[in-house]
Amino acid sequence: MTMKTKFKLAATAVAAALACIAGPAAAQVSDGVIKIGVMNDMSGLYADVTGPGSLLAARMAVEDFGAARKGMKVEVLSADHQNKPDVGSTLARTWYDVDKVDAIFDVPTSSVALAISQLTREKGKAFINSGAATSDLTGKACSPNTIHWTYDTWMLANGTGSAIVKNGGDSWFFLTADYAFGHALERDTEAVVLKNGGKVLGKVRTPFPGSDFSSFLLQAQASKAKIIGLANAGGDTINSIKQASEFGIVKGGQKLAGMLVFISDIHGLGLNTAQGLIYTETFYWDLNDQTRAWTKRFVAQNNNKYPTMVHAGVYSSVLHYLKAVEAAKTDDGTKVVAQMKAMPTDDPLFGKGSIRADGRKMHPAYLVEVKKPSESKGPYDYEKVLATIPAEQAFRPLKDGECPLVK
Amino acid sequence: MEIFGVPTQALYGQLLIGLINGSFYALLSLGLAVIFGLLNIINFTHGAQYMMGAFVAYLMLNKLGLGYWWALLLAPLVVGATGVAIERLMLSRLYKLDHLYGLLLTFGLALIIQGLFRNEYGSSGQPYQMPSELTGAQNVGFMFLPYYRGWIIVTSLVICLATWYVIERTKLGSYLRAATENPKLVQAFGINVPLMITLTYGFGVALAAFAGVMAAPIYQVSPQMGADLIIVVFAVVVIGGMGSIMGAIVTGFGLGLIEGLTKVFYPEASNIVIFVIMVIVLLIKPAGLFGVQK
Amino acid sequence: MSTPAVSSGDLGAQRIAFAVMVALLLLAPLVVYPVFMMKVMCFALFACAFNLLIGFGGLLSFGHAMFLGSAGYASAHAAKIWGFTPELAILFGTVVALAIGVLAGLLAIRRQGIYFAMITLALAQMIFFVALQAKFTGGEDGIQSVPRGRLFGVIDLAQPMAMYSLVTFVFLAGFVLVWRVVHSPFGQVLKAIRENEPRAISLGYDADRYKLVAFVISGGVAGLAGATKALVFQLASLTDVHWTMSGEVVLMTLLGGLGTIFGPVVGAAIIITMQNYLAQLGAWVTVVQGVIFVICVLAFRRGVIGELGNWLKKPL
Repeated sequence: MTMKTKFKLAATAVAAALACIAGPAAAQVSDGVIKIGVMNDMSGLYADVTGPGSLLAARMAVEDFGAARKGMKVEVLSADHQNKPDVGSTLARTWYDVDKVDAIFDVPTSSVALAISQLTREKGKAFINSGAATSDLTGKACSPNTIHWTYDTWMLANGTGSAIVKNGGDSWFFLTADYAFGHALERDTEAVVLKNGGKVLGKVRTPFPGSDFSSFLLQAQASKAKIIGLANAGGDTINSIKQASEFGIVKGGQKLAGMLVFISDIHGLGLNTAQGLIYTETFYWDLNDQTRAWTKRFVAQNNNKYPTMVHAGVYSSVLHYLKAVEAAKTDDGTKVVAQMKAMPTDDPLFGKGSIRADGRKMHPAYLVEVKKPSESKGPYDYEKVLATIPAEQAFRPLKDGECPLVK
Repeated sequence: MEIFGVPTQALYGQLLIGLINGSFYALLSLGLAVIFGLLNIINFTHGAQYMMGAFVAYLMLNKLGLGYWWALLLAPLVVGATGVAIERLMLSRLYKLDHLYGLLLTFGLALIIQGLFRNEYGSSGQPYQMPSELTGAQNVGFMFLPYYRGWIIVTSLVICLATWYVIERTKLGSYLRAATENPKLVQAFGINVPLMITLTYGFGVALAAFAGVMAAPIYQVSPQMGADLIIVVFAVVVIGGMGSIMGAIVTGFGLGLIEGLTKVFYPEASNIVIFVIMVIVLLIKPAGLFGVQK
Repeated sequence: MSTPAVSSGDLGAQRIAFAVMVALLLLAPLVVYPVFMMKVMCFALFACAFNLLIGFGGLLSFGHAMFLGSAGYASAHAAKIWGFTPELAILFGTVVALAIGVLAGLLAIRRQGIYFAMITLALAQMIFFVALQAKFTGGEDGIQSVPRGRLFGVIDLAQPMAMYSLVTFVFLAGFVLVWRVVHSPFGQVLKAIRENEPRAISLGYDADRYKLVAFVISGGVAGLAGATKALVFQLASLTDVHWTMSGEVVLMTLLGGLGTIFGPVVGAAIIITMQNYLAQLGAWVTVVQGVIFVICVLAFRRGVIGELGNWLKKPL
């Protein structure tokens, strides 16, 4: 560690010296290099949702941006935060202080995201989050250095909740993972269901982490609610769906609503078990020609695994970040984030969009249902789009967020 | 009709679920109790071996095309063999030392095994098809009981009682028990004690793997599946009495029932209830409910 | 657990080692990232506390994370919500750990060996689930944005060197405390109890009381480490109360050398460094830690410092 740090310090000094001699554009970028850090879960619960796929997406974005052509040096680092806030914040600290990283991307797991958002603000760098769920990132905990891409809990609750109720699913029973994320999801979804005229017949808190949901599913079955809302994520969601299938819940007429589901989860479950599941996403690989073309390139380098919306979010956010750095002629975090908010976004995956004052990226959301095995024609052909929710309705209204940046 | 605000229909359903969970606890703690009771080894690797059983079943299906019934037979043998290797190569060196070194060794092995599987398979878990003979459910009046879950209860009871019978009521079992108490004397009688110890460890491990195969169709096959379970199983064994086979079986099923009830009335506590019981039992009857103070 | 007999006779080697350690700590920030060093010091203190119980008391606690984590939550809460100055926050965290030590100790001390380990594990699990549920701990999020504050209301701890000095001071103070306990008459009786409890009792010592006091001190010093760590990282999270953290401190102490004075420090330094280097490799860290465990138990029971001490024929 000692030698490596010394070497890095020396290298940085030399680079800085060279940067001063180099042309005017490069001189404004610290050390002459734009350093991007992709931090996520490389080997744990969210490795398939984010993991190495996000790193690939970031590299594709750097390539597509054409950094080399434009004379900009871009370096991409990656690290595994193991879904722990302390590991994540130590990594981020080291990245910012020692490795001179300019911006951090991805970061699933809300607790880690909040820690890094705070640290990024202190250090004046940039944090563009694609992986985490908490809508607090653009609410109470918003920051001039943070942008929240892809999705958040409000969008999930509203997208899935209101669409389902409007489609006839007006009685709900919640299976809620008993931790902060689960509670938040349940609270937000319940509010939406009630607002749209639905009823909540009951809820049960499942110990987190858990593996056996049979007892809770029985309670849900007994309630005769039309919709069983799964306010959980990851392994809990997969297990509850699997066991629901075992107990004949879907066959018995009740539908499952997954509040946070990724295509990789569906792949893990198999269509037999997952068919009929309804949830909300902001990206699906099979939406249009552009998403399909990009996915083809992605899959070829990702072990034939198809991209989740988080991967798409990383690609889209890195692309926009680099455009902003180019336009602002600096990689100072606060200034770049401001620039990103000033410029409209456009990329093949999310189409045209924008970033609000509170750091919320705006793009449409899609209500999807998992196909029956007979309806699926090819690899990862899992979803059919039931409805498209326009960006303005998909995300929480600016005034409701309690973000101090918004007057 | 209602009991404490819960309709009896629902209550019976929950108790039955509790019994199913108890079957897993019983199977797993049986293996641990056999290993500790007869060998005085605290096998922290038990959770990882349970996980290996499930993975061997998964691999057998996906690589060799061998289905569930083959897996039930072969996976315990395969994993049991690895257990034998562990005992021969590593554990046997520690018998002269404090038992806690055995705990630390098996803890380290558990880390290695879980880490390796995690590297290879990630944490999402792999699906395992339920055997077609056991799919479907039976309406038992108060709930739909999936056949597979009923199968779990039956198999678990059979295996547990068979093991108890062999150890407590047969000649082989009595040799094993005698060897634990006084290995030198038993060896003097011409019985190959080290071999018996090795095979016993292998058997305990095989039990864990068997439970893993049983779990594969209903829980995701994931490298983490044993990690948090092992702590609970330890608690079960300690409550039952660390050397007592019957204690492990009874406590395993009993805990399943108690946990099932807690999930109905006070679900947030269902993770904790076992530890609270453990502390109470250890204070009142330190050797455990069925244990014998050594 | 039986460990190599540490005679308190020759303290000269230990004094030299102490001087070397202090010198290293003072010079380290020049070449090593200070936050990394602070992390090492906190865990080294945690391991020293743990070692007091197992190395000298012969009691393997499999739940020591409960002290590290609870003190961390207490100090984080005090600093963030109640606005305590850092030294009071750390003190508060330590007091909470001491209280838990008394309660847990009263329950656990009556049993020996594996039963003791299981009770400590069960108690730690209960604390984990309480931490998971309780509002003030923030569950999965933990307590974030903990202010470092101004030491004594005057010294701004946001300055890295100021924080570093505080942590070094806390570490050395805790370390010296453990050292003094080990080399005191109390420590001697404790070792006697570890070697042969019935004989110690027959000599008139109340073994249970000694073990309880050792447990409480061990818990308190572990709490001191946890309370300080919460301020260094400005975060208190579930990782610190999870049972794998209890396993890690066992690993650090085992690797460094059970029953040695400097072993836990070296063990902590090695493990934290390794975790740092291998962070990119994700799950390999677990595998490597498992391998170290296995090797230490099979072939390297004295640990790094234990082997060094054995080679020098001086207890370290």
